[in-house]
Amino acid sequence: MTWNRENKWRAGLVVLGVIFLFAAPNVFQLFTIINMTTAIAFAILALSLGLIWGYGGILCFGQTAFFGLGAYAYTVAAINFGGSTWAILVAILVAMLVAAVLGYFVFYGRVSDVYLAVITLTATLILYSLMRRTSGPEYKIGKSLLGGFNGITSPPLNMPWDTSQVLFPEHVFYVAMAALILAYILCSWLVQTQFGRVSVAIRENELRAELLGYDIRFYKMALFTVGGGIAAVAGVVFCNGVGRVTPDVFNLYNTALTIIWVIVGGRGTLIGPVLGAILLFYLTSSLGTQAVLNNNLVLGAILILFVLLVPKGIVPSFTEWWDNRRALRTSRRKEVRMRRRRSRLAEANGEAGDER
Amino acid sequence: MKGEIVLEARDLSMHFGGVHAVDQVNFALWDNELRCLIGPNGAGKSTFFKCLTGQHVPTHGDVVIRDVHVAGREPHQIARLGVGIKTQVPNVFDGLSVEENIWLSARRWHKAQRAKVLTQETLERLALGDIRSAIVGTLAHGQRQWVELGMVVAAEPWLVLLDEPAAGMTHEEVETTAELIREVNKTATMIVVEHDMQFIRMISNKVTVFHEGRILIEDTMDVISADERVREVYLGHKSQ
Repeated sequence: MTWNRENKWRAGLVVLGVIFLFAAPNVFQLFTIINMTTAIAFAILALSLGLIWGYGGILCFGQTAFFGLGAYAYTVAAINFGGSTWAILVAILVAMLVAAVLGYFVFYGRVSDVYLAVITLTATLILYSLMRRTSGPEYKIGKSLLGGFNGITSPPLNMPWDTSQVLFPEHVFYVAMAALILAYILCSWLVQTQFGRVSVAIRENELRAELLGYDIRFYKMALFTVGGGIAAVAGVVFCNGVGRVTPDVFNLYNTALTIIWVIVGGRGTLIGPVLGAILLFYLTSSLGTQAVLNNNLVLGAILILFVLLVPKGIVPSFTEWWDNRRALRTSRRKEVRMRRRRSRLAEANGEAGDER
Repeated sequence: MKGEIVLEARDLSMHFGGVHAVDQVNFALWDNELRCLIGPNGAGKSTFFKCLTGQHVPTHGDVVIRDVHVAGREPHQIARLGVGIKTQVPNVFDGLSVEENIWLSARRWHKAQRAKVLTQETLERLALGDIRSAIVGTLAHGQRQWVELGMVVAAEPWLVLLDEPAAGMTHEEVETTAELIREVNKTATMIVVEHDMQFIRMISNKVTVFHEGRILIEDTMDVISADERVREVYLGHKSQ
């Protein structure tokens, strides 16, 4: 990994994140902190889609499937194990396994982009209807009832391997923020490895990547699986923030929302989706308190506005503007310097002429 | 011909519905050879090419590269045998820099350190050093062709398959390309599909002419340009 400008930006963002991690609980009230935990969960989810869509070109319309699976797997495992440490691992593994199997069929079957979106969306909606129908006492995994429409109460996180020390909501915030920062670092690292660079190449031109000898099916499946794992972490954070998991994690609204976060924040960047998710989370929750405008209407309008006016999303548009400004400035400075030199030269010539 | 056969097509056919784009072609390529495939539009040379590179699964017959049966294999598996491929339409990574394009090819077959060196060498070899950080999508057509050639060369393949490497190039660019191909041929066996007769004259000693999905004639360029049938195929039936 080279210490280029992009990585300096990334390092700066990580430092800001760490400062926020320690400062926020001292500044904000508990209610705000709990709310933030949910926002952070969505940010991690957006990051996972930003990775596979923005870098791998895989438009997964059902990233919430892995998010929800992560939340459910964590909850069920934590109830059964009586502790959260291994449950987190189980959540990540379950989601990655499902992503790997789904990815295997989709990528090795060479399903095209549009159908990939349809298939992933369908998989999510199937999970949605499936989990809604699990309300009877016969639907249980180990000690955990699945709860159907009402979902399951998620056991809170505890200190690693110490079930007697349960984390309070403000501690869950620390965990959430740390997870976001770590996921961000992981993604930043991943996109610069050979694996990440090849994934970007596949996004750019599949045939060329194949003709160079890369097995694009494997790369896509692997990236998809990593994305599923990160989405599962988001799910774990989410069900800890909210305190329960319901089938609504799989609903159409959340699925579409994930795509909107990434579009608004900006594809091809990692911080873009994170900011997009947090921004829209606060926008929708503030809209929820008023009754003048319909929430979905506003979201739809935002999506249309962005697709038409800021198709690249906030972050890429901003960096473009910033780079242009910098380039303009340096060229202007150069021009001023040239002009000064020219006038000085003219002066010198004039003096020389006088002497003659 | 001396040496061994390194690539062979046996009874190769490719049908699209009722169209026999390639029809029972038997073809052999010897070690270190530089072979040109020519033929009018629709003669089947590009389809034949795509069967060799794994982009098409032949309807019938087999392709053997150094004793490996490759018909029906994935393109990356064929590339993995050490085959460098350039397609007809420039296939490059448009959103990435020239350097990244070349590196992606070099890194596939070599360790990180060697890949860096190879990338550097290839950039110099193809005189792409000045535009190394340019985004390939913003380059002119000829330059993009060169980037793709650079990707083929950077992998150090022993067998190189080029589909119209000089298409859309200026006269000077064509000459430099011919030079490059002759140089690559020192270390690699090559097949070049081409339209441009002058270009073929610059590079080749043996030419295979395709016509209506079959091989019409296979000989040196001098013999071929004197051949009545070839003229007929290219120019249509001679007027009285």
